[in-house]
Amino acid sequence: MTFHVDVVSAEQEIFSGTAEMVFAPAEMGELGITPRHAPLLTRLKPGSVRVRTGAGEEAVFYVSGGILEIQPHRVTVLSDTALRARDIDEAAALKAKRHAEEALANRSAEVDMVRAQAELVEALARLRTLEHIRKKLGGH
Amino acid sequence: MASAKEIRTQIKSIRSTQKITKAMEMVAASKMRKVQMRMAASRPYAEKMRQVIGHLTKANPEYRHPFMLEREAKRVGFIVIATDRGLCGGLNVNLFKTALMALREWRTRNVDADFCLLGNKAVSFFRRVGGRVLAQATHLGDAPHVENLIGTVKVMLDAYRSGDVDRVFLVNNVFVNTMSQKSTVSQLLPVQGVEDRELQEHWDYIYEPEARELLDSVLTRYVESQVYQGAVENVACEQAARMVAMKSASDNAGELISSLQLVYNKARQAAITKELAEIVGGAAAV
Repeated sequence: MTFHVDVVSAEQEIFSGTAEMVFAPAEMGELGITPRHAPLLTRLKPGSVRVRTGAGEEAVFYVSGGILEIQPHRVTVLSDTALRARDIDEAAALKAKRHAEEALANRSAEVDMVRAQAELVEALARLRTLEHIRKKLGGH
Repeated sequence: MASAKEIRTQIKSIRSTQKITKAMEMVAASKMRKVQMRMAASRPYAEKMRQVIGHLTKANPEYRHPFMLEREAKRVGFIVIATDRGLCGGLNVNLFKTALMALREWRTRNVDADFCLLGNKAVSFFRRVGGRVLAQATHLGDAPHVENLIGTVKVMLDAYRSGDVDRVFLVNNVFVNTMSQKSTVSQLLPVQGVEDRELQEHWDYIYEPEARELLDSVLTRYVESQVYQGAVENVACEQAARMVAMKSASDNAGELISSLQLVYNKARQAAITKELAEIVGGAAAV
């Protein structure tokens, strides 16, 4: 008796086919999965996933973590491509936030620039008027 | 009529522009093949993820994760994926139009929005439009990596968790075929169920470890996978749109050159005729 196994990562499909048995490094301990297993959802630890296809052949894949879903006739391994840990994720989030804040700071600099230019134009106009008035007064 | 020399320099400049657009067209065509393959490669994961989430929404866990609970929308979040570079026709403009339409609809209901932006063009556009930008990432390149997206997505997820936003939408281009790309707005959170008739009723997963902890990482990955798929698809759209835009630019340049060539020939002929007339006139006078 066999069941369908998919091993995929976000960036590519790694394995898709039928198997007799699958071994996976679940977070609570190594799992051996045979057909008609109860539905189960678990996280994977870094380790190797072994898929025993017919005739005693075994395919081995390394996963750096991920998620394992078991349905009675289907096993799906969703492998992570990136190294995941709470603090790494946190750092990435901070970086993305910082980019946005920097852009905001730059924008205020731009706005200042625009305002300064407007003020400059106004000041020049005022100066011109002053000059005009002075000339008129000089003429008198 | 412009002098022959002026027209000649104009033709020359258009010809060099045409060379550039032609080169860009060919580069985009060769890149497109690669990114299309990448898009196909990443599709199984996104699909499987959707399937798992579909099963999850159909199952009856005693614990419901906040990502699966509908709540009243007081503020919404948009993750907008645009390109880094321009010269790709109306791709980005259409995308922004779609985003703005969605935004306006929410604003009529007095719901404001936060943004997470991917790609230079999105950043510069929303800088002009205004609106609160929570996070941004640029220069993802032709082969976006999941690592580069995690941070941006996490900011949005955190905002959702803390109740700052009550809906999260993904705005991106969907690759239909080389000639057409469609800009769409799709809801990421709360998670929407997928129809699946195969499953019998009243069942649940065995969760290892606890559902609370596990669902959090499953749902986070779900959102990430959808955003990643969107980013990869967007690159394919960009290359396709650029190829088409550059092709039409090259064609237009060709047309312009041939019409200018005609004007140039006429001007040259006129000059020769004039000169001949002068010579003949001069000879008759002598």
